[in-house]
Amino acid sequence: MISPQIQTAAYVFASILFILSLGGLSSQESAKRGVMYGIVGMAIAILSTILGEGVQGHAAMIAAIAVAALIGIVVARKVRMTSMPQLVAILHSFVGLAAVLVGIGSYLDPKTQTLVGAEHVIHLIEIFIGVFIGAITFTGSVVAWGKLEGKIRSKPLVYKGRHVVNLGLVLLSIILAIFFIQAEDTSGLPYLLVMTAIALFIGVMLVMAIGGADMPVVVSMLNSYSGWAAAAAGFMLGNDLLIVTGALVGSSGAILSIIMCEAMNRSFWSVIFGGFGDGPSGEAKAIEGTVTDVDHAEVADLLNNAQRVVIAPGYGMAVARAQFPVSELVERLRKAGKEVRFAIHPVAGRLPGHMNVLLAEANVPYDIVLEMDEINEDLPETDVVLVIGANDIVNPGALDDEASPIYGMPVIRAWEADSVIVMKRSMATGYAGVQNPLFFKDNTDMLYGDAKDSVQKILAEMG
Amino acid sequence: MKTIGIVKEEMQTENRVAAAPVNVKKLIKKGFGVLVEQGAGDTANYRDEQYELAGAKILTSKAELYNTADILLKVQPVTADDIALMHKDQLVLSYLNPSQNVDLLESLASKGVNAIAMDAIPRISRAQKMDVLSSMANIAGYRAVIEGANHYGRFLNGQITAAGKVDPAKVLVIGAGVAGLAAIGTAKSLGAIVRAFDTRKEVAEQIQSMGGQFLTVELDEDGATDSGYSKVMSKEFIEAEMKLFLEQAKEVDLIITTARIPGRKAPELILDYHVAAMKPGSVIVDLAADTGGNCTLTRDGEVYTTENGVTIVGKIDQLATQASQLYGNNLINLLDDMGGGEEFHIDMDDDIVSRAMVTYDGKVNWPPAPLPVSPQATKSPNEASMSSAGNKNESINSKQRNKGASTLISLAAIAALLLIMGQFAPKEFMQHFTVFVLAVFIGWQVIWNVTHALHTPLMAVTNAISGIIIIGGLLQVTNDWGSPLSILALLAIFVATINIVGGFLVTYRMLKMFRK
Repeated sequence: MISPQIQTAAYVFASILFILSLGGLSSQESAKRGVMYGIVGMAIAILSTILGEGVQGHAAMIAAIAVAALIGIVVARKVRMTSMPQLVAILHSFVGLAAVLVGIGSYLDPKTQTLVGAEHVIHLIEIFIGVFIGAITFTGSVVAWGKLEGKIRSKPLVYKGRHVVNLGLVLLSIILAIFFIQAEDTSGLPYLLVMTAIALFIGVMLVMAIGGADMPVVVSMLNSYSGWAAAAAGFMLGNDLLIVTGALVGSSGAILSIIMCEAMNRSFWSVIFGGFGDGPSGEAKAIEGTVTDVDHAEVADLLNNAQRVVIAPGYGMAVARAQFPVSELVERLRKAGKEVRFAIHPVAGRLPGHMNVLLAEANVPYDIVLEMDEINEDLPETDVVLVIGANDIVNPGALDDEASPIYGMPVIRAWEADSVIVMKRSMATGYAGVQNPLFFKDNTDMLYGDAKDSVQKILAEMG
Repeated sequence: MKTIGIVKEEMQTENRVAAAPVNVKKLIKKGFGVLVEQGAGDTANYRDEQYELAGAKILTSKAELYNTADILLKVQPVTADDIALMHKDQLVLSYLNPSQNVDLLESLASKGVNAIAMDAIPRISRAQKMDVLSSMANIAGYRAVIEGANHYGRFLNGQITAAGKVDPAKVLVIGAGVAGLAAIGTAKSLGAIVRAFDTRKEVAEQIQSMGGQFLTVELDEDGATDSGYSKVMSKEFIEAEMKLFLEQAKEVDLIITTARIPGRKAPELILDYHVAAMKPGSVIVDLAADTGGNCTLTRDGEVYTTENGVTIVGKIDQLATQASQLYGNNLINLLDDMGGGEEFHIDMDDDIVSRAMVTYDGKVNWPPAPLPVSPQATKSPNEASMSSAGNKNESINSKQRNKGASTLISLAAIAALLLIMGQFAPKEFMQHFTVFVLAVFIGWQVIWNVTHALHTPLMAVTNAISGIIIIGGLLQVTNDWGSPLSILALLAIFVATINIVGGFLVTYRMLKMFRK
């Protein structure tokens, strides 16, 4: 048993470690150390809690932790880097679920009933809000997981008046909250459960209304929610460590969402409330030119003769798991004395930084992986741009076609290079469902087929 | 479908033709019908059979060609004879030199012919692909070096051979426009030491990028103008410039001058005393010979050697085969921009068409409204980006000013809200709230520093950390395992643990992969 003072001290230390952990991620060199801080912080937090006064049921909780840890290890080991977004999404749902469970548990806890007056009211409000956020996080994350996994249609589900419906549901929850607070003892449980059901529904509808192209924003938004849910749990339990950690995670997710939205030149609110692609109207710009395609030998030839090559990868590279042959291609070209760099769009892939992780997995040195803004200026002097499984992020329509749904989004200006090779399965549109005038440009050639397969064939042709 | 007629040039010294057979093929692909006057490509080494093979129809009679074609393509300005053969609403594309040929424009207009002066295409980014001045200047710059080398009695590159050491030739290029830059590149690739002078300071980088050394005078005066051409400089500047040229004239072996001012006589840059200072055997190639010459001793259309042994070249081969093809490409790009063969139309609201269309609908449309050259087209990329960065700063400044006001308002609102909260909330809650707000701020500050590349690991780590909610579960479990409270709490512990372990492990896995 440790005293509450020691416990508080341990919590403060854990908080410091968590902050250092996030701070450590500011650069690749310190990132691993950052994760270690996080792990140690978590261990200290859990141990000092278990050893604290008044904690009961050690055997059961240790059993639960042991089994769950095993599952966690297996999942984390097994998951492929390309499925990272799905994993992160489903893990978010766990936090949401835990928040709901803790919230309801806290209401049932006999200690709650001992509170009186303002303290009692505040406590009930905390529970209510905690469960509300937790429930939204839970179903929202499950739907996000389903969309990323391809189990749910990625097209935004939008219907007229959905804002009114959502607003009505939130109002209804507030009314329920009033009844809930006034209820004696635990008789308010039905109100809490009805509200939970409503929040679960809101979570589903919120993410269903968001298109696949906005998934990075959704995932980081849910990340933020899971933090707020933890913070709310901290309030209801009067636990500062939970509050601090929840707030850290919450603001972190919020910042990521904002960064993502800026990258797509859209307001945060429009992503959260609006379905993608239902806004723009007016005549779409007619696309001029014809689509030409090339074979692997021609691309190999082109690369052999090029001096400066830029690769712009997208979700297609992730799907085909083409990062390994791409890495080999890069190594080959670099050995031949060519300058090869990657142009990464901030929203390429389905998670912020998704492409970086994949390329890192394939051992691509991170100093040749550049952000869109860093490389756009160099593109006019580039011989070849290889677009691998990307579509919307290289769409010139975003710059010059006001009718385009993605108008105003900064894009990689691939077309400014001497020649552009687009590797794609077919002429189908990208996640945003927008036709891409890039494919019709004179200096653009299409190389159809699975990205991994195509890159391997190019490698073979290069001899 | 519109029919295009390619006219044989009548002028003796003109070897180019308005379109090469490859261009004809493209035109047909764009949906045009093409007629070619017999022998039109002879001087440019394109045979009638080649045009026929490309899909054109050869006409023997000029009159028939003028009669049937909707659009005429020419290089040299049309003459009175040409106009006599034309008909109303016919479109002709050629050089027209509109500012000096007002009478010609009048007669074109009175005949109802619509004329596009290819030398009046505005120099904006979008029109670069149609800019014949650029494409022809590129050829002239290249050829100037070749002509110069031809008349120069030594190697351009330095060599160390068994027969002894040869120093590289020194080349001075005056004027770093398209022709000048092409000349720099060509001379450099032949191995010469290249220096270049221009009154516009902004071209220094372009000169260096072509491998030349930028010469300048020690006077802070920039010759750049909105039009992209240089302005007339002050007296002091010109004096300093002349002095510089004199020093260079003593040293260099080959001078190539490319300074032209549209519609005006070329500036006199190389004076007789400069030529006198040059070494015997050196060469001056004057690309402005047809507009008076940059060298006062230049004779237009002639190559001759001065008494002190300096060869002055006032006549440049046009490279007709190459030039015709590029000229043709410029024309095609314009015609394509105007709708191609099927949807061809004249859009007088278009920036390019409205300015190059010097006669339209029976009226003379010259001079056009001024259109400043886009900065990207003339400024070096670096400067362009600098100026855009400057604009950005300005907008950020004004944003910040607005932000200042709104921050004050929102701060006041927050203060009011906190006061109300403090009025009602219990003491303990306020303490927790303090912790909460501070933590949000810390998180906010820390996260902005995270690099984009690490956003996925960041998310996985924060996700793992948010599993801290496990503590809520830990605190709620009772010894009575079967109670609803314990079951809920154990379930919460269970899912939170998966989250913690999975989150950390996966982050670690990801980070292990990043390598430099």
